[in-house]
Amino acid sequence: MSHQSTAVPPLIITEDNRFWFAAAEQGWLAIQRCTRCHTLRHPPAPCCARCQSFEWDTIESSRRANLCSYTVIHHPRDTAFDYPLVVGLVDLPEGIRLVADIVGIEPDELVAGMELDVTFAEHAHGAVLPRLTRPEVWR
Amino acid sequence: MSGRGFSGVAAIAGIGATEFSKDSGRSEWQLACECVLAALEDAGIGVPEVDGFALFTMENNPEIAVARALGIPELTFFSRIPHGGGGACAPVQQAAMAVSTGIAEVVVVYRAFNERSGHRFGAGPPKFAYSPSTDQEYRNWINPYGLLTPAQQEAFLAREYMRKYGATSADFGQVSVLSRKHAANNPRAWYYQRPITIADHQSSRMIADPLRLLDCCQESDGGQALVVVSTERARDLRRPPAVIRAAAQGVGPQQISMSSYSRSEIERLPEVGVVAKQLWRQSGLRPAELDAAVLYDAFTPMVLLQLEEYGFCGVGEAKDFIADGHLEVDGRLPMNTHGGQLGEGYIHGVNGIAEGVRLIRGGSTNQPAKRVDSVLVTGGSPVPHSAIVLGTDG
Ligand SMILES: [Zn+2]
Repeated sequence: MSHQSTAVPPLIITEDNRFWFAAAEQGWLAIQRCTRCHTLRHPPAPCCARCQSFEWDTIESSRRANLCSYTVIHHPRDTAFDYPLVVGLVDLPEGIRLVADIVGIEPDELVAGMELDVTFAEHAHGAVLPRLTRPEVWR
Repeated sequence: MSGRGFSGVAAIAGIGATEFSKDSGRSEWQLACECVLAALEDAGIGVPEVDGFALFTMENNPEIAVARALGIPELTFFSRIPHGGGGACAPVQQAAMAVSTGIAEVVVVYRAFNERSGHRFGAGPPKFAYSPSTDQEYRNWINPYGLLTPAQQEAFLAREYMRKYGATSADFGQVSVLSRKHAANNPRAWYYQRPITIADHQSSRMIADPLRLLDCCQESDGGQALVVVSTERARDLRRPPAVIRAAAQGVGPQQISMSSYSRSEIERLPEVGVVAKQLWRQSGLRPAELDAAVLYDAFTPMVLLQLEEYGFCGVGEAKDFIADGHLEVDGRLPMNTHGGQLGEGYIHGVNGIAEGVRLIRGGSTNQPAKRVDSVLVTGGSPVPHSAIVLGTDG
């Protein structure tokens, strides 16, 4: 798996999202929370869309996801991935959605609503980011 | 806010294009100049009279470069709408507002590129994706996981739509078959005389499941231009005016480019709904009163979703609406009679606006036998959206 010619753009780290990628490097899934009204938001943003507060902190997600939708990518291919590549959109129980690649599950096993775990793995450019895998234990 | 201020005040008086190919053999700049000249010739308006350009982003030819090359002495109006093909119809709104307020008198809209022989749009992120900015920050949440192209990013919506409403890949394929049928009868179309069957669609290779190759539009080289003037002026020109009855833009809640995945129903297009309600208010028309439609068809599922959001059929019913033949040339709502971007060429929707003008003029190669007094033309989705309603004069 060569990263030399990947078309994946390098992460764009800004003051708005730095906390999230720093947490991911440590293997935990952060969710931004408005400290005024406690609304969670993802992807990160500087301001709460519900109460417009700029004050926020983070909570750690349970990382127990349910599959909302997915695609199996065949073409075009990028050097950063193995194909066919399965990518999922999942619901987290905290009420936010997340996109990540799905590894270790055959495409014909995928069904909306199925349980997946959010784990962490190295992605293009060496970034440690979420990956969706089969739940480790029945829950 | 009625928004009817410019309804009917401006019109498209000229259309002009280069050939649509896979290798134009000349520069994008030249293509832009050629199509602008062709549109002015069609309108019967001289080059020095142009005083405005309205464009949308991902256009590689600066308006000043085209003005300089053509010898246009002065511009008093120039604007660019963001979000690429989503903004395809918005320059017509810009032009109509400029003309109706007297800011400019002759506003030209153009789109010209070598998107097949030059940088291929479907190959991966465009060059600007690599410039770190808030504009591109949304890529952080999709690109690192392998969602790199529009087809891959729209696949989530298509799959959820299938799951929720029982639509199938063959239902999407109906759009491809219809478009190629129309293109087969259009000498300008890349797929002229090359119709396909549902079996061809179903055996085309998977690109981003559930999207197959034949669900995806082409990549094309070519240019298309439009000339907008006041309806009053247009009446004195050589072509019957295609009057701009309505023109609107729309952004919906929690909008993200190509990936508004935090919405509860990812398979809906609220930005299209925002545009639709403005169009009906401005034009005074209801969906059932439209005589034809040119719907942005970069990917087939988005045609079904647009049919529903614009209210031509109920939610989840687009597959049956198509199967019942309503989009055929002799149907209730003839659609993409030029062959669409699947069949004619992918000039980011501007060639579709030209087809809207031909339908109003009565000159489509697939002109319906019925009278065509109003045509809906739409821009791309699922990004910030735009659309227009063109009508006959009177
Ligand atoms: Zn808040």
